[in-house]
Parts: sequence; C-alpha cells; structure tokens
Amino acid sequence: MVKITKPAQAGTVESNDIMVTVAPAESGSGIVVELTSPVIKKYGKQICAVIEKTAKDCGIQDALVNANDKGALDCTIEARVKTAIARACAGEAK
Amino acid sequence: MLNKAGREIPSVIPGLGEVKLYNGAFGTIPTGRMVGPKIALNKPRSEKLVKSIDQVIDAAGLKDGMTISFHHHFRNGDYVLNMVMEAIARKGIKDLTLAPSSLSNVHEAIIPYMDEGVITAVETSGARGKLGKYFTEGRLKKPVIIRSHGGRARAIECGELKIDVAFIGAPACDTYGNINGISGKSACGSMGYAIVDAEHADKVVAITDNLVPHPLFPISIPQTNVDFIVEVDSIGDPKGIASGALRISKDPRELKIAEYAAAVIEYSGQFKEGYSAQLGSGGASLAVAQFMKEKMIAEGITGSFGVGGITTPFVNMLEEGLFKMMYDVQDFDIPSIESIRKNANHIEMSASYYANPHNRGPIVNNLDFVILSATEVDVNFNVNVITDSNGVMMGASGGHCDTAAGAGVSIVVAPLLRGRLPMVLDKVQTIVTPGETVDVIVTERGVAVNPNRKDLIDNLKCANLPLMNIEDLQKIAYDLAGKPEDIPVTDEIVGVVEYRDGTIIDVIRKPV
Repeated sequence: MVKITKPAQAGTVESNDIMVTVAPAESGSGIVVELTSPVIKKYGKQICAVIEKTAKDCGIQDALVNANDKGALDCTIEARVKTAIARACAGEAK
Repeated sequence: MLNKAGREIPSVIPGLGEVKLYNGAFGTIPTGRMVGPKIALNKPRSEKLVKSIDQVIDAAGLKDGMTISFHHHFRNGDYVLNMVMEAIARKGIKDLTLAPSSLSNVHEAIIPYMDEGVITAVETSGARGKLGKYFTEGRLKKPVIIRSHGGRARAIECGELKIDVAFIGAPACDTYGNINGISGKSACGSMGYAIVDAEHADKVVAITDNLVPHPLFPISIPQTNVDFIVEVDSIGDPKGIASGALRISKDPRELKIAEYAAAVIEYSGQFKEGYSAQLGSGGASLAVAQFMKEKMIAEGITGSFGVGGITTPFVNMLEEGLFKMMYDVQDFDIPSIESIRKNANHIEMSASYYANPHNRGPIVNNLDFVILSATEVDVNFNVNVITDSNGVMMGASGGHCDTAAGAGVSIVVAPLLRGRLPMVLDKVQTIVTPGETVDVIVTERGVAVNPNRKDLIDNLKCANLPLMNIEDLQKIAYDLAGKPEDIPVTDEIVGVVEYRDGTIIDVIRKPV
C-alpha cells in the first residue's frame, strides 16, 4: 500500500489534457473523485472509473482526486493520475 | 410516430399543434399556392420617411401577437434587431413571434424581452451561446422552429411563415425605398435572405444609416416592396459584419481532410469542364478551395458557377476566370463584398432562388458538388449541425440540408474526434440533414461513401483514398475515445427541426 502524504498535481488545462490534483484523505474514505469536464454527460462515468482504477493500480486506497478535464483520452488520464500520485508520494520510503 | 429518418416524433406538438412528419427528401408533394403581401396604395410624391423607430412601429401597425422578421447579413455586427426590439418592448407590445433568418451571439441582448413576454415564439435558422441555451431550457412559450435557408424561403412563400412586419437593415437606401447592400459604411454585400421577406411581408420597414437621394442603383430590394424608411446613426459594426480576407487553414488535420475532400471531387466522375460547386466557410472547406484551384489549373478545367456563402478563395477563382460566375446569398469577408460590387458575373440571389425546394427549381438543384461541415454524423450518414454534445442548441441549419439534397455529390468534412468526442456516432443527437442526401463523409482517418452511391464507390477506388465503411470509421473513433453514453433528455420538446419541405425531421428535447 502506498500512502499519499501531500497534495500534488499533474497535467494542464489545454484541450485534450486533464489537470489532476491528488490530496491525502482519511483512512477508509476510499478514492473520491471530483470531476469537471465538457464531456461529463457522455464520458463522466468512464473518466471517473479510469481515475479510480489507475489510483488503485498504484496501490492507493484513500485519496481525494480533483480532475479538471478538457477532453483527454483514457491514456492521457492514466498518465496524469500516475504522475500526480508519484509526486504526492515522493519522499515516502517505499 | 416514427418518421422516415427513424425519429420518434409526436404528431401533435404542444405549442405547435399537428405537424407533418418527414417522409424522405422528396417524399412530400406540396399543394396550394404561393401567397403575397397585402395590396397597398402609395400615392405619387407620398412620404416614406419616418422620424424614428418608435414612430415606424406605430405606422406599420405592429400589435400583440404579430410576427416580425429580420435578416442576418450583418452577422455578429448587427445593431438592427436589438434596436428594434428595444423600441417594441418600450411600447409594451407582447406575444410576438420573432422570425429572423438567423441569430448571432450579439442578439442575446433580447433575452430580457423573452422573459417579459414581448417575444414568445422564435423561428430561426439557428442560435448560439446564451440564446441557444435559453431556447434549450424551454423558457419560451412555444418550441423554437429551426428552418434551413431554403426551408424558410419556402415557409414564407407558401404562407406557413406569415410576416406582418419585416425590418430590413439597409446599407444603402434611397428616399423612396430602393435598397442595396453594397455601399455605405455598413455594406454587407448580398441581401439574399431579406429579398424574400421584402416580397412577402405585409409591411416592410427599411432601417438605414446611409440615406441617399432617389434613385439608388443597383437595386437589390425595390421601392415597390418598401413601405417605410427610418434613418439611424448606425445599423451595424463593420468589424462584426465582415472579417478580413478569410485565410487558408494551417492546421495539419484540416489540411489532411481538405486534401481527401479535394481528391473525392477529382475522382468522383463529375469533375469536368463546366462543373459547379458550393464550398463552405469553415477551415477545411476553404482549404478544399485551394486544392481545387490547383487541380483545375493543372487539368485545364473551368467551372460554370459557384454558390455561397461567398469567401475570398472563391472570389479569387472567379477573378482568375476559373469559374464563369457566382451566385451569392450572403458574404463573409470584405473581398467578397468588394467583388459583388465590382464584378458583373458575381450575382446576388434571393434565399428562394438559392434553395427553396417548392419553387420551379432553386440553384442548389444544379450543383455538382457541395462541401459541408458537421457537428456530428452517424453510421446512417445523418448530420447534426444544431446541437452540441450536451444536447444544447449551438449552431445553425443554414443551407446544409438544402445543398445536400440538391448537389450531385454532397461531401461532409469533419475531424474524427473533437477533443474526446467521436464525430461518427450510432445516432446523432439531432438530425438536420438526412443521410439519404449525404454521399461522402471525409475525416482525417478515413473516407466513407454512402452505400447507396455505388457509382462513387467505384469511381473513388482509384483515388488512393483511405476508403472504408462508415462502421469501420466509427470503430476507430470509439477505440480511441470509448463509446459515449446517451445524453439523458426529458419529454419536453423545446425545438423542432423542419426539413426544407416543412416536414419535421427531428425534435430537440430538453436535456435532464
């Protein structure tokens, strides 16, 4: 299990990108995603699912994720989430 | 009931009553006669000049419940519609139907008059921004009626859209009401949409910032159609009326699409001496014009006529003798306005001549090619240009379905993805142009030909194009973006989309 120790961010608000901010959350709170997106009606569920899955695959159990999406594809979302998590966990002994 | 485009449309729509359902592109045979305006007497040396908009509203006899019209040649630079609506609202007139040829963002200033009940119904080609949102929220008493440019001319000429008072912004107007669009500080070029209003409205009011002595020439709208004239300081912002010369795109994706579209034209079997074309004003369309020009010069082909929506690339081809002439219903940039002023073979036409399906034959019937853009297309080749990915009105029908139905080869150009959104869907949100009239869909990843056009499929085989089934094209998009969910909508109908023949091809339901 990996623990998020500090807030961190990855991505931009350019078209086709997503800005992902991850922050520590209380143990047991799970991965809470706050999403804003121009395609939320058509892809909101899928974006949230990709964020959650990516976070869990990184070993995160509890996190507050704020995602400001600008129409990113899943591969982009995954990359931004991984990077944000890596930054949020930096310095923590593995 | 299901219409012939496969859409579920109630036969009675609240606010509009019973409607005719779309029955195929030429499946509805019109009956009846064209209508005309009230007969009038204007004695010799009578005075048409009225001091103010306030006074002309009284003189025209505008009352509660009437229908008023405007034209959109001033585009986002228009002052006339807002100016007139403000005066009407001041007088306390209510329950009007607003029937402009289209609406631009600048017209969001009239939203308060809709809240106050001054305007309770709207019939237009389209709406964007706050107006589109307002209509989609269902805040008007009646659903908005969306008509194509040809469909609007038809509705006026057959009496379905009866205009009580037409307000016409006149870049040049003489003291007895002859009007043209080519001179003055607010010149807009062609007056094509307003010509139909002027011929059929019961009262016609010219509003001008360029009153000249009688007689004005050339004449676009004659004195025989005009009841009153009002002089004002300014009818429009020249910067909003026309842009500088529209430039060819540098976007590599648009260029790729344009290259494919030009190849479709070249190998279609109809690219030959005397061919005709309408090109849109979007980035890819303008680039197509450039590629076509190169091919025409290389192969020694000249065209017979062009149609528009005129833009600089087309004007250049006219002036270089690559097209014999040009029919013009509206101008988009300053060189086009200059061209209609100086080139005798650049001819103004009315919206009816352009695209009305129920006259003796509009010019779209003679078109060989049209290039059209799209917000979305679907695997049945249907095209949406009116609602966005959230189901909100944000575009305009324009001449889309008119030219698609008329042209020998109708080509729709669109990127395969916009942001994350696939442009080839199972079902478009709203059908404006039925798939039976769309022949080729061109994206940067592939080109799909309507299976009904076996001739084109054969001809394009040697064009070295990435030809594929529309389903395969869609699969590429869905593999990249995922399958989009449907937009949940309520049962409330906030807009109806008329096909050019007056039947209902689709409705816009209020999103949840």
